[in-house]
Amino acid sequence: MDMTLPLLILVLPITMFLILGLCGMKMSHKLAGTLGTIGMGITAILAYTVAFTYFFSGNPDFVTAEGVRQQFEVFNYDWLAFTPTLIVQLGFLLDPISALMLVVITTISFFVHLYSLGYMHGEKGFQRYYAFLSLFTFSMLGLVVATNIFQMYIFWELVGVSSYLLIGFFYTLPSAVAASKKAFIVTRFADLGFLIGILLLSFFTDTFNFVELTSNPGTTISTLSAGGTFMGCSVVTWALCLIFMGGMGKSAMMPLHIWLPDAMEGPTPVSALIHAATMVVAGVYLIARMFPVYCLDEASMDFIVIIGAITAFYAAVVACAQIDIKRVLAFSTISQIAFMMVSIGAARPELHEGLGYMSGMFHLFTHAMFKALLFLGAGALIHAVHSNNYTDMGGLRKYMPITHWTFLIGCLAIAGIPPFSGFFSKDEMLTAMYDNSMFLGVWMTMVAGLTAFYMFRLYYMIFWWEENPHYKDHKPHDSSWTMSLPLIILAVVSCVSGFIPFGHFVTWNGEPYDIHLKMSVAITSIVVAVVAIALATVLYRKKNDVPAKMANSVKWLWTAANRRFYWDEIYMFVTHKIIFNIICKSIAWFDRHIIDGTMDMFAKVTQKVSYAIRGLQSGSIQTYVLWYFAGAILLGLVVWMMVI
Amino acid sequence: MILENILIYFVIIPLLMLAGLALCRNMNQIRTVMTVLSTILLGLSVYLCVDFLALRAAGNTDPMLYMASWDWYTPLNIKLALGVDGISVLMIMLSAIIVFAGTFASWKIDPLPKNFFLWFALLSMGVFGFFISIDMFTMFMFYEVALIPMYLLIGVWGTGRKEYSAMKLTLMLMGGSAFLMLGLLGIYWHSAPEGAPLTWNILEIAQNGAIDRSWQMYLFPLTFVGFGVLGAMFPFHTWSPDGHACAPTAVSMLHAGVLMKLGGYGCFRISIFLLPEAANELAWVFIILTGISVVYGAFSACVQTDLKYINAYSSVSHCGMVLFAILMLNTTAMTGAILQMLSHGLMTALFFALIGMIYGRTHTRDIREMGGLMKIMPYLGVCYMIAGFASLGLPGLSGFVAEMTIFFGSFQHTDLFHRAFVIAGTSAIVVTAVYILRVVGKILLGPVQDEHHLQLTDATWYERFSTITLIVCIAGIGCFPNWINETIQQSFAPIIRVIEQAAI
Amino acid sequence: MDLTIMMYLIPSLIMFACGVYGFITRKNLIAILISLELMLNAVDINFVVFNRFLFPGQMEGMFFTMFAIGIAAAETALAIAIIINIFRAVKSVDIREINKMKF
Repeated sequence: MDMTLPLLILVLPITMFLILGLCGMKMSHKLAGTLGTIGMGITAILAYTVAFTYFFSGNPDFVTAEGVRQQFEVFNYDWLAFTPTLIVQLGFLLDPISALMLVVITTISFFVHLYSLGYMHGEKGFQRYYAFLSLFTFSMLGLVVATNIFQMYIFWELVGVSSYLLIGFFYTLPSAVAASKKAFIVTRFADLGFLIGILLLSFFTDTFNFVELTSNPGTTISTLSAGGTFMGCSVVTWALCLIFMGGMGKSAMMPLHIWLPDAMEGPTPVSALIHAATMVVAGVYLIARMFPVYCLDEASMDFIVIIGAITAFYAAVVACAQIDIKRVLAFSTISQIAFMMVSIGAARPELHEGLGYMSGMFHLFTHAMFKALLFLGAGALIHAVHSNNYTDMGGLRKYMPITHWTFLIGCLAIAGIPPFSGFFSKDEMLTAMYDNSMFLGVWMTMVAGLTAFYMFRLYYMIFWWEENPHYKDHKPHDSSWTMSLPLIILAVVSCVSGFIPFGHFVTWNGEPYDIHLKMSVAITSIVVAVVAIALATVLYRKKNDVPAKMANSVKWLWTAANRRFYWDEIYMFVTHKIIFNIICKSIAWFDRHIIDGTMDMFAKVTQKVSYAIRGLQSGSIQTYVLWYFAGAILLGLVVWMMVI
Repeated sequence: MILENILIYFVIIPLLMLAGLALCRNMNQIRTVMTVLSTILLGLSVYLCVDFLALRAAGNTDPMLYMASWDWYTPLNIKLALGVDGISVLMIMLSAIIVFAGTFASWKIDPLPKNFFLWFALLSMGVFGFFISIDMFTMFMFYEVALIPMYLLIGVWGTGRKEYSAMKLTLMLMGGSAFLMLGLLGIYWHSAPEGAPLTWNILEIAQNGAIDRSWQMYLFPLTFVGFGVLGAMFPFHTWSPDGHACAPTAVSMLHAGVLMKLGGYGCFRISIFLLPEAANELAWVFIILTGISVVYGAFSACVQTDLKYINAYSSVSHCGMVLFAILMLNTTAMTGAILQMLSHGLMTALFFALIGMIYGRTHTRDIREMGGLMKIMPYLGVCYMIAGFASLGLPGLSGFVAEMTIFFGSFQHTDLFHRAFVIAGTSAIVVTAVYILRVVGKILLGPVQDEHHLQLTDATWYERFSTITLIVCIAGIGCFPNWINETIQQSFAPIIRVIEQAAI
Repeated sequence: MDLTIMMYLIPSLIMFACGVYGFITRKNLIAILISLELMLNAVDINFVVFNRFLFPGQMEGMFFTMFAIGIAAAETALAIAIIINIFRAVKSVDIREINKMKF
């Protein structure tokens, strides 16, 4: 394949970033926005071309005669040679999941660009916003096409920083600054694990390259095993779990999830792009990328499943008790990503050709679409009502019909009601989990039920319940076409994308297969979803005091869930009280008083001694002469005595 | 003929600078002289680099190029011996860039601009002289030439407790030099086998390899501590926070940017290259000390409230990383050390330049008294953020390349001791992120803290010029590291060979 | 009565001691200068005398003394010039009042 197109996909967004970043201030808002959006549109077209070529051209580079999809390095340049064999390369890897991600990222990014034209209209720093969006898109694209784990790490950091910049976009608000700082530091901490994992992995295998690592996973594992064990776990498990720790940070798995809800301080389209559809699934993508290696190490797969299952449940519970609609969506995102994690973690090549892997990626795709839709819908609501809390909303279905219908489609999709996309992907995931273990399946079905419940609770609270009296002063209405169009398109995609025969495109080893609905699982999940929705309907359709009573009856639980089970407080305690106040301050004190004190003491002692003997240096020559003669006479006497 | 060697011009041009400044009568003339000559220096260093790479590409594999030697004082075999390898070339380029940027950063120095630039030029002469020498004695002499002007530059043009800091800095560095001189004399007296003439020339000493093991064990700590003091090694780093906090902008830039690198450069060029057996044997002691530096500096920086103190402690951490990597004694880690020197030099210079500019406007360096400066002076704010990102190791900027090379190189040691320290070192990058973002959040972002700051203006043209130069270099290294990396790795080959021979 | 060497040396010693005493105790610059000259002349005498008694045929000591006298004269002239300048500046030749070299 010609390398111009793939290269352009990366070059265009970064060029946009440079143009908008360097000359943006001289441009008008309109020009900057249009430029950014058109640039992104072209990138999207290019990405689609590349993805379609990959999937449908039948080129032997991409697919063998038997229909097995291949990994293909379009280009790969040496960037930095650590040793003659361990070389960091920057390149472009085409395989099913990277092609899929290209489509997802550019689609969502384009819609977010378009949507922001309306949403961010008139904001100060509009050009800067578009510049950062381009930077983010560049980094994210670089991440997914990475040919080696180090390139992924490079772009991993870059998405982190673009996320930091975008969360802190309203930088005069202290809450936004704090949130952006938190997001960066938490993910940075996770990246430390990632880095150490890469260090271990590359030390033993002497390569970063994904193709080399995954095409012969057995060799990879056995070379890693040569490292022996450390603290009871083998080096394999250490390396893989540490790498997964990076994924935990980016994908907001427990206990590193605390940054994502706060990240909602950023502009809403940013949340849709970064914190729902693309960046936060990087962790899932990372595991998928390394899947052939992971699936040979039971311990790390179990670790992924356990973390994912706990997170999914935790986030779903917390989402039921949030008031801020973006926070609800944020926890829903955490829960859904955990779903994907569990799905990939539960996948085994021997079970249904690794169904969990395919379904995880499928859910990644559908989730990106409907979650972006929900976030953009939430953005439209916030834009109309000027508040993030659903307590300020209610009864909006009459005022904002487009938002209402699209939001409803999003809710149905995430709840897993056929024929919306979420049903298909979630059903496949559940099948894979039941295959893995019954307990896991039941557990995750329960989470799916909770998901349907809190999403419809949110939906009813926003669009039904009781109208906010302030509507009379300021009548909410649907937004301009730039904001509505992305909603409509994404809603359509959410309706139909479930019918994509995903098994033909993305499988763990490239071999295509047909997906079959497993009726028992499908029916269970539909029933659970419908019951949950019915419950939500009963409780929240009209204003009543049952929910409040229920919350009051288990007040401690409700408060704890509302405060996210005090994770933030724990972190605050550890970082501020222990690390900052105790460790840092005592080190600083030690430095100033002990080490510096010692140095000053040398000086002081010298000075004291000097003062003690300075009387001899009176400055008067006559005194010196006196001493001189006294000395001379003494010396003379001594010599004389010796001579005698 | 002495003038035929390109290297000597790196000493002659600063001398011309001195002469030119002596004739100057007003500020404009001073600026002209400094601008023209520092530009020539920069151009010359670029030319040297290109020419050097061309010679290497043409297949010249001598350990040092542009070698030349003139007798200076024959009874003691002291010579003016010149020669550079890839590392020195890069260091020369770094110095030239920082001298250039420093000139613009002190465009409006007050009072006594002429005297300021005189000392500044002398300082840069010392620095260049150090990097081009391969004779230990002249190297040491230039080292001292570079140190002394610091005292006056800080003491006269500094701020705050400047006399105290200047005195402390000079005395501590001089104390280091005393150790160093002892070490160098020791090396000299054992520089050749019995009966052969003694020499100060580094290459000849390395070739002779006549220093026996027991002597190396004494001389290595002496020289390493001597250079380590300048490289802000724990526990000899306390001159750095006070000194940097009180120094004027350009001096902080040159000091943190180049002078601290003299320490790291000396460590591998003399301590390790000439005393390889002791280096293998005793590296662990200094790995502990520098490992402490790395973590300790980072944690200390977290609670400082003065911008310059934060940066000075951050320098302790980053320069600790340089020495730490050098002690790993393998090509990759040592290459990382040089990259870190370059990166830290540029980045800290940028930091100090920006702090100077911010201080010049707000008249405070206390982070609690500032806030929302991004809104008032977006240009400086963006530059500060870039410097911060470089410092916390963002890919695409120089810090990332350097740190990663160090980590991957250091990780090649398989024993638990080294591994544990490497992991402690990697954890410092998280702490770095904490203090950098803390500062950025406090001073640049958030609401405006002080009403008076609203009237402040953004950067002037000469300030922009100075910062852009540095940023371009930082991004350049960060985006295209491989040619630098290769140049350095090549230059390390002889040193690594010596170390490996000694290890057997 | 023969002139023995001691007859020269004792007065010279007395002169020298006077010079030392004067140099140490006097506070007047001129007086200090005179004391200095006394010491110098005592030394000159010693030179000549030792030359005369130890190496009668040679003249080095004599010449050396001539030089010393010449240099002493120049030096005195210089010293007096400095003293006059100091006097102009501080209106005093008392060394207790001249304790700053910066003017």
